[in-house]
Amino acid sequence: MNDHLSQLEPIDVTLQVNGTPVDVSVPAHRTLLDALRDDAGFKGSKKCCADGECGACSVFLDGTLVNSCLVLAVETEGSDVTTIEGLSVDGLSDLQQEFLKAGAVQCGVCIPGQVVAAEDLLRTNPHATATEIRDAMSGNLCRCAGYERIVAAIQAAAETRVTIS
Amino acid sequence: MVQYRRPDTLSEALSVLERAGDNGRVLVGGTDLLIGVRRRPLSPLVLVDVKGATDLPPAIEVHDDGVRVGPTATMSALVATDEVQRWFPALVAAANVVGSVAIRNRATLVGNICNASPACDTAPALLVHDATVTIRSTAGERQVSIDEFFLGPGQTACGPAELVTAIDLPRPPAGHRSAFQRLTRRRGVDLATVSAAAGLTADGLATIALGAVAPTPVKAVAPGPIDATDPAAVRELAEQLTEIATPISDVRASEEYRRAMTTVLTERAITAAADAATPGA
Ligand code: FES
Ligand code: FES
Repeated sequence: MNDHLSQLEPIDVTLQVNGTPVDVSVPAHRTLLDALRDDAGFKGSKKCCADGECGACSVFLDGTLVNSCLVLAVETEGSDVTTIEGLSVDGLSDLQQEFLKAGAVQCGVCIPGQVVAAEDLLRTNPHATATEIRDAMSGNLCRCAGYERIVAAIQAAAETRVTIS
Repeated sequence: MVQYRRPDTLSEALSVLERAGDNGRVLVGGTDLLIGVRRRPLSPLVLVDVKGATDLPPAIEVHDDGVRVGPTATMSALVATDEVQRWFPALVAAANVVGSVAIRNRATLVGNICNASPACDTAPALLVHDATVTIRSTAGERQVSIDEFFLGPGQTACGPAELVTAIDLPRPPAGHRSAFQRLTRRRGVDLATVSAAAGLTADGLATIALGAVAPTPVKAVAPGPIDATDPAAVRELAEQLTEIATPISDVRASEEYRRAMTTVLTERAITAAADAATPGA
């Protein structure tokens, strides 16, 4: 095996994004976030810090919440990725509607990541208290600082889900 | 140009690491490593993703004498394990404040110590819990005490052609309690300004370990038992034990502030350990 030449060529990766198979051809260092946005055309996940600090790039990787800027595309061969687009196939999700209703969406850049992280929280802890919401969402920054409204939106969605189920 | 390798076995991973020499980097969670890669995509790094090695030890193995943590165990998996919660409260508290939920879902305990940040959150807890690190290379396997693992900022006993295959946490003796305290500039995602873990045996012998106040995490053992319910005794012991701290000034805090807070956090950690419920047998 020629270690030094073999990977100057892009690497082919096949993954599922929101249930659809996607083929991309990427250099080793390309992040999942860049592959989603620039190679696969899913522009919902946002790139802000690219350092795992802000959560704007949050996606589900095989059901687990991750920062897609800290995962390499080549690591996701055969994986299942769900982005914000995948959470709103039938129109806006309940969380997205509550975000709008609460006035939590200002410039909007952080919102896809906020909604994905909130979805993860409500799946793992449907009865999350305000404190638990703040804790669980501490990896999602909002430059517009709409934190109070974001927490209110998540609480409202949680209450409705608990009532319905 | 960054290269990516995903070996199928541990022995193949070790040979790839050996060939890569100083350019080899073990990739598991990637939460620290990939930040560096993004800044230098043209560096000649060889990323060795060991997640595909089918013969790696299981992420977390619980046995009667303790818990064995493998290289793929994430912080989230660790804190969700009953025995870890019961036996190693200081470690759980530390693992729970590493980054955010999304970071803890990827970041591994092994990666956290191999990165060897002086502010590494889990290190003081591992020191107090008397962890042992197993290091493997093509030449074989060796074990080092966590006390000897950290050599300096970013430097550990695990060499470039080596892989940490396990962290062993011995089950604490009956009546042993532990706690972890951390000071950050804001609640939530931030690096520690100072951190302290404390362990307390049934007869009142305290061990403390500190993060972010020396080039490596450091540990000190009390000369004799104390009454941990006596605030004055705890204060005096904390002052004495924290003499091992050699803090510096940086963006997060001044040397003086760090020194003062080291004592405060150590006091709190000892008191919290004393107040903690005795771990279930
Ligand atoms: S862009 Fe990924 S965490 Fe900020
Ligand atoms: S709405 Fe603008 S960053 Fe959150």
